[in-house]
Amino acid sequence: MADLVSHPDEVKVVSKRFGQGATNIDRYLELDGYKAVQKALTMQPDEIINLVKNSGLRGRGGAGFNTGLKWSFVPKQSAKPKYILCNGDESEPGTCKDRLIFEHDPHAIIEGVMIAGLAVGSQTGYIYVRGEYRYLLEIVQKAIADAYAKGFLGKNIFGSGKTFDIYWHGGAGAYEVGEESALMESLEGKRGIPRIRPPFPAVVGLWGGPTVINNAETLASVPHILLGGPEWYANLGTPKNGGTRLFCLGGNVAKPGVYELPMGYNLKKMIYDVGGGIPNGRKLKGVVPGGSSVAILTPDEIDVAMDFDSVLKAGSMLGSGGVVILDDTACIVKFALRTTKFYKHESCGWCIPCREGTDWLEKTLTRFHAGGGVKKDIDNMYYLSENMLGRTFCPLGDAAAMPIMAFVKKFRKEFEDHLDGKPCPFEKAGRAQEPVLA
Amino acid sequence: MKFSDKFEARFTEMLTHYPTQRSVLVPTLLYAQDEVGYLSDEVILELAERLALSELDVRNVISYYSMLTTKPRGKFNVQVCTNIACMLRGGEELLEHCERKLGVGNKGTTKDGMFTLEEVECIGACSWAPAVQVNYDFHENLTPEKMDEVLEQYRNKAAR
Repeated sequence: MADLVSHPDEVKVVSKRFGQGATNIDRYLELDGYKAVQKALTMQPDEIINLVKNSGLRGRGGAGFNTGLKWSFVPKQSAKPKYILCNGDESEPGTCKDRLIFEHDPHAIIEGVMIAGLAVGSQTGYIYVRGEYRYLLEIVQKAIADAYAKGFLGKNIFGSGKTFDIYWHGGAGAYEVGEESALMESLEGKRGIPRIRPPFPAVVGLWGGPTVINNAETLASVPHILLGGPEWYANLGTPKNGGTRLFCLGGNVAKPGVYELPMGYNLKKMIYDVGGGIPNGRKLKGVVPGGSSVAILTPDEIDVAMDFDSVLKAGSMLGSGGVVILDDTACIVKFALRTTKFYKHESCGWCIPCREGTDWLEKTLTRFHAGGGVKKDIDNMYYLSENMLGRTFCPLGDAAAMPIMAFVKKFRKEFEDHLDGKPCPFEKAGRAQEPVLA
Repeated sequence: MKFSDKFEARFTEMLTHYPTQRSVLVPTLLYAQDEVGYLSDEVILELAERLALSELDVRNVISYYSMLTTKPRGKFNVQVCTNIACMLRGGEELLEHCERKLGVGNKGTTKDGMFTLEEVECIGACSWAPAVQVNYDFHENLTPEKMDEVLEQYRNKAAR
């Protein structure tokens, strides 16, 4: 459904089978499908874990934790069943990559779940797909059924004597459920309220059993790593940041789309070469490099390698791969307001700093953007955000606070330009005033 | 109360997927809503009874998830994304256009019961913005003109 794009600098690993008809299991088999899991069946669990660890694969959901290391935290012996949970609750504003994997290569996710299961000694996996992605849930349902029909899932997979089951699960609209502990609550049929940690899910997860939770892109990368080898994968990226990444270019950019680029690809090149630059003769104002939760980068900060460590060093985060580009007609105050509205809407209200903080921020920014701002609001918003940081059960509070702190710090003048009852300086020239056909 | 055979078959199968039966709750609520149009008192009581949960427990879950509704909606739920990636490419103007075109505000339903308009958060179409979901179908790279065609398409669908 969603249009595919391409660029010569792309290195297609996860997107290799996009547009190749790989939702069909026979076609998937022709394209090296289910070879990786068969290889995994000949390996010891520790061998698989070390291989993934050495590949430098890091969580593609946003946190960027080393995947093999995460798997290694699962206890070898467990009285309760162990589970693999694929996080397909993609909801971070700016991010639309898992959608393409589900749409074009669902069996790669199934294979990734199976390999994770073999690595940690689990026999059951769940694939959670966000509620809005109904057509993708249907693709996953069919893919799972086809894999069972071939005997790839169920008892005695590939004649190994091992059992592995995978079940689909659909959400019903909730950003916070993308957070791993809230995801488990949701799968258990409850409100997605985060759990306190420790214990971490690797030890106490779904129904109290050890659970590995990985993003869909992370799991879809695993079969390629098994077949290509950890050195090959690690060398595609930068040190400690193995492989490639699906970057979702959006906002004021000439060629938006999802591009698979090596980890560490230069952000400036990504915007101007891959994305074709800023359209309509406008200039770059800023870029949110990893989904709405991360700090904005100004034009003089974009000469940065897009890997987890480099972007962190530059004062932001690589996050979820959603790269949102703002041109010089965008109003930062309005952008901050829209970002805050989202977090206010999605906050579950469990932790007071997040519940009250997002509400205050939204009220202040609404008033501020409408011309009712006073000077001390600017520092108050920063102070308020600063005090939400690290004071909540799940990272939603941080996600709401970090972008606001960056907007205030880096674009203070734009906030000041809204003071003294002045109308928003961008409403006059900006798109908001362009005629809309009735 | 009566659901479709497909619903019942899926429900029975889903119960075998999990060690606890309440795990089927969230997806089941959405499937029930798809059939009935909204989560009526009757639906809530029925599912609570089937899963041995209290009515309050089920309502508590419903109120958490943004797609679930206890109020009837129009035949087609027009969900306009205005989150950052869509906003930068005209999502808000698209919403205003729909408001004028349909004569309703956010969460309002047209008099003929055909359309409900809803401003929604990110639907995962950021690289194809601005985007709208009508029920479960995505419509992307929209302009007000293209939006009119989309609405017309659904009007025709209902007439058939």
